Amino acid sequence: MAAPDNDANHTAFRALLELADDCLVLGHRLSEWCGHAPTLEEDLALANMGLDLLGQARALYAHAGEIEGKGRSEDDLAFLRRERDYRNCLLVERPNGDFAVTMLRQLYFAAFMEPYWRDIAESSTDADLRGIAAKAQKEMAYHLRHAGEWVIRLGDGTGESAAHMAAAATELHRYTGELFMASPVRTEAVAAGLLPDPENLREAWDDTIATVFRTAKLTAPEVRVHQKGGRDGLHGEDMGHLLAELQFMQRAYPGLSW
Amino acid sequence: MTDTTGKTEAMTPLWEVFIRPRNGLHHRHVGSLHAADSDMALQAARDVYTRRGEGNSIWVVRSSEIAASDPSFAEPMFEPADDKIYRHPTFYDIPDEVGHM
Repeated sequence: MAAPDNDANHTAFRALLELADDCLVLGHRLSEWCGHAPTLEEDLALANMGLDLLGQARALYAHAGEIEGKGRSEDDLAFLRRERDYRNCLLVERPNGDFAVTMLRQLYFAAFMEPYWRDIAESSTDADLRGIAAKAQKEMAYHLRHAGEWVIRLGDGTGESAAHMAAAATELHRYTGELFMASPVRTEAVAAGLLPDPENLREAWDDTIATVFRTAKLTAPEVRVHQKGGRDGLHGEDMGHLLAELQFMQRAYPGLSW
Repeated sequence: MTDTTGKTEAMTPLWEVFIRPRNGLHHRHVGSLHAADSDMALQAARDVYTRRGEGNSIWVVRSSEIAASDPSFAEPMFEPADDKIYRHPTFYDIPDEVGHM
């Protein structure tokens, strides 16, 4: 392999980590439902979606590790970094809450990532990333549909389910702005052609959410200040607890395999 | 869950699931599940019954819409066929050239 362009590689590595961390952390959140979902059918559905995200994270970490060129494996990147080094957005680390919170979080994320993966698959300068994106886009299309159908049924369901959905929207809507905020590293990646500009997706995302909310008879809460910080490694207090569980095995038994 | 069985059944009735493994084959019954409506039943069927690539098409039908034969009438229904062995096409010599039929 030719001598790598170090600056470009460093940008690509860190830009891919942002994507991978989103997938890993949300996938882990969904895995927490395993054995606890309200019905058997949904227990399997949530685990399926979690595994989709874990698969995306694995592919992204492995690719990022190759680009970095320091021999770090997908496990090293997923399990052996400190909290401040995770660059996921705050939305994906939000606790599962009740079923309404989990489904709305999934809708918000999938409504962004489905078109984003589509754009990446069409326009990225990185052929490997285009391949990862083409597979991930199909998976997120299903997450979008599944979460959307649940939000509609709960929002337009009983008085109690509607109250839970409204509370979920109040809790989570302020975390959606960060999806569109390009971090310095993502801005560099956009300039380099590695990633499309997330700002381009805002209108489509607004349309998707408006359609679901209208059908669900929900009102999107007005957000004055959007929460941010995840892309700078500034996480909520729940993140440490998440990482403690996520990293326990590799920290307690380094290099463990089975 | 504090829900009673009756309420669960009313909100999320039972659906029978049929999966077609490949184009050209027919849909086969694979099991059942609870869901609020047909769209949700199709999604649940996808998540419960196609996780290992079992198929490329799903049908769901409300279990209550299926008419079933009466088990207590099984003898009059099915036993008369037992001694009609001539209905099996095993009495013909098939030329080798025909191959597998």
